[in-house]
Amino acid sequence: MKALAIGFLIAIVLAALAPLPTRYDRQFRDSPNARPSRQFPLGTDDLGRDRLSRLIYGTRVSLLLASAAALLSCVTAAALGGVAGLAGGIADEVIVGVADLFLSLPWLFLLLMVRACLPLNVSPTISVAITFLLLGALGWAAPARVVRAAVRKFNNADFMLQARATGCPTSKLLWRHLMPNAMPILWAQLWITIPAYVLAETTLGMLGLGVMEPLPSWGNLLRELEGGGIAGHPWLLAPALLLAAVVGSFQAIFEREDYSV
Amino acid sequence: MDPLMMADQSAEAIRYLTEGVLIRINRLTQRPEPELATSWKVAKDGTKITLQLRQGVRFPDGSPFTSEDVVETFRHLLDPALHSPVADTFKTEKGMVKVSAQGPFAVIVEFPAPTASIESIFDQVAIGSARVTQRPAPGLGPFLVGERKSGVSIVLKRNPSYWKRSADGKQLPLVDAIRLDIEQNRDLELLRFRRGEIQLIDKLTPDLYERLAADAPRTAVDAGPTLDSEFLWFNQAKRAPISEPTKEWFRSAPFRRAVSQAIQRADLCRVVYRGHATPAAGPVAPSNKLWFKQGMSPEAFDPAAAAKLLAGDGFRFENGVLRDHNGNAVEFSIITNAGNKARERMAAMIQEDLAKLGIKINMVTLDFPSLIERITRTLNYEACLLGLVNVDPDPTELMNVLLSSASNHPWNPSERTPETAWEAEIDRLMLAQAATADYRARKKCFDRVQEILREQEPILYLLHPNALSAVSKQVTGVKPTTFFPHTFWDAEHLTVTKAEGGG
Repeated sequence: MKALAIGFLIAIVLAALAPLPTRYDRQFRDSPNARPSRQFPLGTDDLGRDRLSRLIYGTRVSLLLASAAALLSCVTAAALGGVAGLAGGIADEVIVGVADLFLSLPWLFLLLMVRACLPLNVSPTISVAITFLLLGALGWAAPARVVRAAVRKFNNADFMLQARATGCPTSKLLWRHLMPNAMPILWAQLWITIPAYVLAETTLGMLGLGVMEPLPSWGNLLRELEGGGIAGHPWLLAPALLLAAVVGSFQAIFEREDYSV
Repeated sequence: MDPLMMADQSAEAIRYLTEGVLIRINRLTQRPEPELATSWKVAKDGTKITLQLRQGVRFPDGSPFTSEDVVETFRHLLDPALHSPVADTFKTEKGMVKVSAQGPFAVIVEFPAPTASIESIFDQVAIGSARVTQRPAPGLGPFLVGERKSGVSIVLKRNPSYWKRSADGKQLPLVDAIRLDIEQNRDLELLRFRRGEIQLIDKLTPDLYERLAADAPRTAVDAGPTLDSEFLWFNQAKRAPISEPTKEWFRSAPFRRAVSQAIQRADLCRVVYRGHATPAAGPVAPSNKLWFKQGMSPEAFDPAAAAKLLAGDGFRFENGVLRDHNGNAVEFSIITNAGNKARERMAAMIQEDLAKLGIKINMVTLDFPSLIERITRTLNYEACLLGLVNVDPDPTELMNVLLSSASNHPWNPSERTPETAWEAEIDRLMLAQAATADYRARKKCFDRVQEILREQEPILYLLHPNALSAVSKQVTGVKPTTFFPHTFWDAEHLTVTKAEGGG
């Protein structure tokens, strides 16, 4: 199962990097909402754009940028959670307090607010990068608490005592000894966070506040489902099925691994 | 809510069904008809109207309707503390309107200056009782507000003391009650219509209309182009915090005209509105037969002419990019409100159209409050794609958009003095048409306004959407119209038969 999931994800990533059948933004205005055909295997959308091209490119956007955002969150979580767990005292209290604040913020409204303040004249590519950057910047708190808990436990481990006894400086303690031991946790957090960010972008896209036109993403592709009519147009489900399969694969990869510390 | 404070369409629908007015504009014929006033006489100079009131009309509490109620209603309406949007129609620079009673069944309304389309403004004023201590209070309309479930529905019950009778002598309204459901989700609304849970949907989106027309064509109604319009404008305010090159492009009439000529309006109507829209020639829809300038046609799609205009204005096309005379690549953003699929699609199509001219468009969807903040207060935007809902065909309705001093003047709000000669000319013409009751004189002024708007293109009018509605087979007497309310403007004459099935 795990092997299947890994294989599936690799296939998706490779497919997403493949050349597009047509430009994702080209509008075939004489063929809006066309049914699947040889020219358009998944038909066209309301503006006559090739759905398959948009799905491929949207997968690129959603998957790769969600991964980048998750990486940002986890690196931030590693740094802050590690410092909090290792240093203790005021540093720990401050970092935990800030993490609690970030966890209690309504992220959707925060994203809307920040989005409304962004400069208008940015390209869709930069806009989507900023969206995921924001997600990454907001999402460090939960992983940071997990890392902190793990680091606190490691603090009293034998290898830490030994390292301290040899006069190891704090930064080396953190990066050379603690983090490598906390890597399984960080990996788990990364794999949990990637699908979470994919779903977060999807939510924004469904609200019409995600990736700017003409860039496709899973979010804005899924908006087509709002109109209903799936019974007569089952190919509309392609982005939803792909999203479910990808998110499920992430879960399956770490389903039975024991990451307790 | 006070019926004199109605500011959105939902509240307006309730006002329309529950309140009485002195003169009603028939939504089908666009002509004024007697309601609580049986007749009226407008003075030749357009500054005075004398109304004879209907006798024998009673409020639901049994008290008689007299001139005292009309005078008190207007006193309340014109009270500055009320801040009624309806009162703006009665305000002029030369002073306030005077309303006086001439006996119990006659009222004189005197305007300080000649007033255009004097009868139509009474259609918006709900006449209330002079004896009420609290508003809202039961009115003189065909229905009364009954059960109210916050966020769910409002039930309007028949008003037993309603004065009107049908041609065959039956007491109106013919139905016992109307339930107005508050439904946020349009798809759910259509589903409920198909199930027979609701019988009328006053306004359908083109997508939902097409879906309904495919399954139940007799229930899908397209009444033709409304008075509404969708348009794009450029921020021309000097104080706008946008770059100087961008301001320079936007203030150039040839640039604006070129952009207008590069947009395929027919495609917007065909693809986004599924053919249920008409390309716009200006602010007035062709369905507005009284005020549409005959002979005006929408800006033709002509990319070659657009390129020529741009070249003549110092722009050059290099490697797929349009550059101005200083070498700046022409790139700007268009904002529109998030969640409006039609506008999002239109913006995407405009993006592609202008890309062929070498203009790069960044489309930004914003939540509505943020968008309004930018276009009215901070002016921190470049171009905007929005629409206007027009309920009144009269040009006076457009005063708060076309007057340069107006806060809703899209491209440069609240100008102290008109910044260009053509804006000054529009101001002069709009004020002139508002100051006379002579239709021919008004038409001449407003025709010229439409010409100037076409020459200068401060607003690129794109299309007029059609009035799309859903009408169940159970309901008889519906005469769909392009004016709001599209399906229930004649609610008192509608009847409902027993349900046989969905839709």
